[in-house]
Formats: sequence, C-alpha cells, structure tokens
Amino acid sequence: MTKTINRNHLRELESEAIFIMREIAAQFERPVLLFSGGKDSILLVHLALKAFHPAKIPFSLLHIDTGHNFAETIEFRDNLAKKIGADLIVGSVQKSIDKGRVTEETGVEASRNKLQTTTLLDTLEEIKADAAIGGGRRDEEKARAKERFFSHRDAFGQWDPKNQRPELWNLFNGRKNVGEHFRIFPISNWTEMDVWQYILMESIEMPSLYFTHKRQVFKRNGTWLAAEPYMQLKEGEEIVEMDVRCRTIGDVTCTGLSLSTADNLEDIVIEVAAARETERGGRSDDKRSEAAMEDRKKEGYF
Amino acid sequence: MDSKAYLDMSLLRFTTAGSVDDGKSTLIGRLLYDSKSIFEDQLEAITETSKRKGDEQVDLALLTDGLRAEREQGITIDVAYRYFATPKRKFIIADTPGHIQYTRNMVTGASTANLAIILVDARNGVLEQTLRHTYIASLLRIPHIVYCINKMDLMGYEEKVYENIKKDLQELSRKLEIEDAQYIPISAKFGDNVVDESTNMNWYKGTTLLSLLEHIEIAEDRNLVDGRFPVQYVIRPQQDKHHDYRGYAGRVGSGTFRVGDKVKVLPSEFTSEIKAIDFYNDEIDEAIPQQSVTIRLKDEIDISRGDMIVHADNPPQVSTNFSIDICWFNEKPLDPSKKYLIRHTTNELKCMIKSVNYRTNIETYEKEQGEIIKMNDIANISVMTAKPMFFDSYKNNRSTGSVILIDEGTNETVAAGMIN
Repeated sequence: MTKTINRNHLRELESEAIFIMREIAAQFERPVLLFSGGKDSILLVHLALKAFHPAKIPFSLLHIDTGHNFAETIEFRDNLAKKIGADLIVGSVQKSIDKGRVTEETGVEASRNKLQTTTLLDTLEEIKADAAIGGGRRDEEKARAKERFFSHRDAFGQWDPKNQRPELWNLFNGRKNVGEHFRIFPISNWTEMDVWQYILMESIEMPSLYFTHKRQVFKRNGTWLAAEPYMQLKEGEEIVEMDVRCRTIGDVTCTGLSLSTADNLEDIVIEVAAARETERGGRSDDKRSEAAMEDRKKEGYF
Repeated sequence: MDSKAYLDMSLLRFTTAGSVDDGKSTLIGRLLYDSKSIFEDQLEAITETSKRKGDEQVDLALLTDGLRAEREQGITIDVAYRYFATPKRKFIIADTPGHIQYTRNMVTGASTANLAIILVDARNGVLEQTLRHTYIASLLRIPHIVYCINKMDLMGYEEKVYENIKKDLQELSRKLEIEDAQYIPISAKFGDNVVDESTNMNWYKGTTLLSLLEHIEIAEDRNLVDGRFPVQYVIRPQQDKHHDYRGYAGRVGSGTFRVGDKVKVLPSEFTSEIKAIDFYNDEIDEAIPQQSVTIRLKDEIDISRGDMIVHADNPPQVSTNFSIDICWFNEKPLDPSKKYLIRHTTNELKCMIKSVNYRTNIETYEKEQGEIIKMNDIANISVMTAKPMFFDSYKNNRSTGSVILIDEGTNETVAAGMIN
C-alpha cells in the first residue's frame, strides 16, 4: 500500500503552519518563538520541530515572565527547552519595574499584563530579534481576526491595523527597514477546537494545568481565579478548594479557571465542543474595554 | 459525540462579496448562529453594543467588524476571517468589504478561496457591484461561484424574480467563462435556504447554501498533473548523526511527487531521482498539492531556496519576458520607469515594466487605454525580469502562476499579479 499523509482539515492547517515556519527561517535573520507555556505556544514548538526535522529548530524561545506565573508553567517551559535543545531567553517584567521602565499597577485588580509589552519590546530590541513568532489565532478575539500571518511592526513596535500589507496566495512579504520587525502567526487559521483535536491526534505532551486538579480558588466577577500569595482578596471573597482546569494559560492574575473533571485529551475535546463561552471569556485582560486587545496590540502586545 | 469523527473532516475556504445592504453580515451571522458557532459571551457583547447604539435588532455585523474604526464608522475596512465547522467540514470565511475602494481586499480574500459567495439583492437584480464581484472571482479563478439571491421575502418568494435574475447571471457567467456557477434563492433574515430548507419556496428544487458548502467537491480543483515543488528551505542538520542529510523543504505547488520519480531542478537543469519524501520522522511514498514535506534526491546537486524541483518530462515555461494581469494596491500609482521586485513562489527577482497594455473596466469589462494605473485598477502589463523565471499560466496553475510586486523603496506589496 502506498504510504501517504492522511488527509483532513488538521493536516491542511498543519501544512500551512509548517510552510510559515519555513518562510520565517528563510526570510529572517534572528527570529524568536514567543513561548508562554500555554497550549498555543506548545503547539508552535511542535510545528517547528516538524518543519525542520531532523535539524534543530532555528529559533530561540522567548518567554516574557510577569513573575506571576503558575509554578507548573515555569517547570514545563524549562523541561521543554532542554528536551528540544533550544535556547531559552527570559524577559523579566520584575526587572523592567526595578529599572523604572514601567510602573506597577496598584489595587486589588492590579495586573502586570499590560506591562509585558514594554518588557517584550525591550527584550526584542536587546536581542536584535527581527521576527517574533506568536500563537495568536484569528478566532480568539475580534482585533486578532484582522491580523495578517506576517504582521509588520514599525521601529516603535507598533501595529497599524488600517494600513496592513495585503497577503495573497502563499506569497509572504517579510521585507522591512532596519529596526522594524515582524510578528508572525503560523496558526492564524486554527480554532480552539482545531488546536485540541490536533494535540489529541499528535499526542502532544501538555502541562498538568490543563487537566483537572484540586486548587485553592476564589470567585471574582463570575470567574474562578487561583488563590496565589500575591492575589489580594476583596471583601466577601472566599477561598475554597475546587476541581478545576485552565482553558487558557496566562499569568495567574488574569487566568480564569473552569470547573471541570476532564483528566484526558478526549474529555477536553468533548468539553470544548460543548462550550458555550469563548476561551478568552475568562480572561479579565480582554474585558477592560471593547477594544482592549486592539489597543494593546497597537502598542506592541502579543 | 464521536471523538474520532473529526479525522475525516475536510477544509473549505470561501469568500463572501456583497455590501451591508445586500444582507451579507446577516447571512454570515446566520451561518455562524445556526451552526452554533457563536458563543454566549460574543452574543452578549454584541447585544450590549447594539443596544448602546440604539439598534432594535442585534447587529450581527459587529461580529465581523473587529477594529475600532470599523465599529465607529459602521463600515468594514479590512478582510475579516471567520471560522465555523459542521461535522463534515471546517470552513474559513474571508469576509471582504463590498465598497468600491476596497477591490484590493476582495482580491486578497479571493486568492486562497475554493468558492465565492456573491450576494444579489432580489429587489435590485444584477447591479454594477455584482459585475465587479463576478469579474474579480473570475480573474482570480475561484473554481466555484455561488450566487445567493437574497431578500426573497421582500419579493413574495416569487419564482419569476429568481428566474429572471438567474438568467442575467448565467449570461454573465458565459461571458466570463465561469465553469461552475450556482444560484440559490434565500432570505438570510428569516433563514430560508441558508441552513434549513425553505417552506416558502417549494418551487426551488436545489440544495440549501450550507448543504452545498458541505458537499461541493473541491479535491478535483487541484492541479494534479504538473509536478512543481518550489524549494523553500534547505535542511542540513549540523549534527554528526545526520551528517549526510540534505533535504529540500517545501510545499507541493501542484502535481504528485512519488519516490523514484525522475525530476529536473530549475534553473540548473540538472536531473535526478527522488530518493525519499520525509514528513517529520516518517518516510512517505507520495506527496500531493499543498502538503509541506521534505524531498531528498539521489544525487548531490547544488540547490537553494528559490529553485524549483519539477517532473523531468513536464517542465514549466522558462523566460524573462511575460505579461500579467495585475490589481494595483498602492496609493502611489504604477511607475513604469521604476524597477519593482517580483515575488513568485519562493523566488524573488527584479523586474522592469516593458509596457502597460490596457486597463480593464470591471463594470463594462471593456479594455481601456491609458498608462496611469491607480489603486484598485485592474490592468495588463508586460514585464522583463533580471533572471529567467520558471512559471505556468495562472489559468493552469494558481501556485506557479501568481506573483506579487513589491516596491523596493517602501517594502510595500503594491500589486497582485496573474501570469497570462
């Protein structure tokens, strides 16, 4: 029997993403892969491994660490980098605060989410990265639905959504002036469902946070949040222990947890299929205003 | 739900053309809503916004208009991508604005589409914009066009209305040599023939829009004959274990490549044989269009990015002179005295404009004379490249017949081109 690649929508999305990975390697001098420890960035690493096999992936991993990450995320990150033999660069938001580049928000709902942008742009400049590969997907959020695969950023790291380069066929134009860079999104066309189905199909190892576990949590604005030491409780908020899992992983301050008993990938796929809220529904960073994502993206956010 | 069923799903990309007045947003909203692809928090957010704006009904257009400026001005500026799935297929919608000044967005959305939906208002029939949308779909060679004759509810669901518009559209299809066109009478507002069959139009014996999208055959649209493999990247691991490994990474443009195939490498013209086709840590026997694989050859030949591996007995055209249909994208008009970069497959070359042959009026389809090519113009030009390019006509091969032009001064993509 002839051995071929099985054909389905996941394989098509995979081929497209691998094509983009190879374009990045061919068109840029110092690309980095933005690694957050979440499923989308783990998927990017997997696709990069496939694109360049048997060679190592030609990108370093860059993690912008808010200092408010789940311990599991950091551990998973370090192990993965070691396993694939990739360079790991960590940009620290704490350092940006210490250096006075940014000012920490105050109050109970303080988050370092917005501060990450400065740390990210400073780090990209420091390591002279000319392309940053991100796991952004167009189905996630309405501003992201307008994003290109190859998204141009000016010398200040800014995105100009009204003046984007047209992208046609398989022809990607990564030309730029010195000091400018590109954000590149190989999994633009994937949905949350595609991501989980693919992870299941490929049996990709995932952090334990995605599977059900017992955790100390409290409820705020209808969302369950992890009761980590730096989370300040408001009056009336109570810490309880629940069976939860993460649907997305960001930093602790803005990651909503869902009550779930899913302990394997099949169950997660079924859960995602039945979900009636988008995955970013639990992300308080998006809820600050209707254009919260667009505004952050224009400034240079992920 | 069967957790393995998704392994048999296929992917269909389609573009939608039409303006807000044609009910395009309502149609997309209907497809997303009736296929349960809108989430509660999304619906909540747009309900909230609609209320704030004082709209009586939930404005489904807010789902696709993602940018602040779009919401403020109530218009769509840029292509928006939307996703939904049924148990049979995953769909990617490139929702393109219908305004005259946004031809470039329509061209962009059309470039990767398997199918185009063109909305026609049953009250108005074929308008200038229908001619424009149809022209672009035919220029970009979208294999299937589906005309949705919308707002049938406002015309009493009358068969005659549908038949008259259909007749006009058929004439149009003939004129533009469109191979597959279909015509569905719908009411996006009430859902007739979108997802569910209409009970108001029993005279219509065809399928609903969703059923058509789910079942239309697209596998045969691919060019499976002309073997074209543009080399994207050369994989040479710097590890002892893989010391002799030399793989040519790329995505099959067209044709089928099998282990043992005799191939020719362009531009060097060296010939060799395919030793292996790698897909990650698997060796496969055959690769088909759009698959990203790595090819290894029997002989050691100097090959780099921009070269093309082709079937030895069926090479593409090789030339420095050819003509292309272009759609101009930039505010600065085409400058015939300037040199542009032409990007074609994984190759990039300098080119000069030899002549501007004509401009096409996309409403009358007439050829007009004139040297000045402005934003959103469609024109035919002749170019000369600095080195030979290997290509096919766009008509026969979307992947090796398409190019973009780049302005070296600004790095902007200034035009899309289809080789004649």
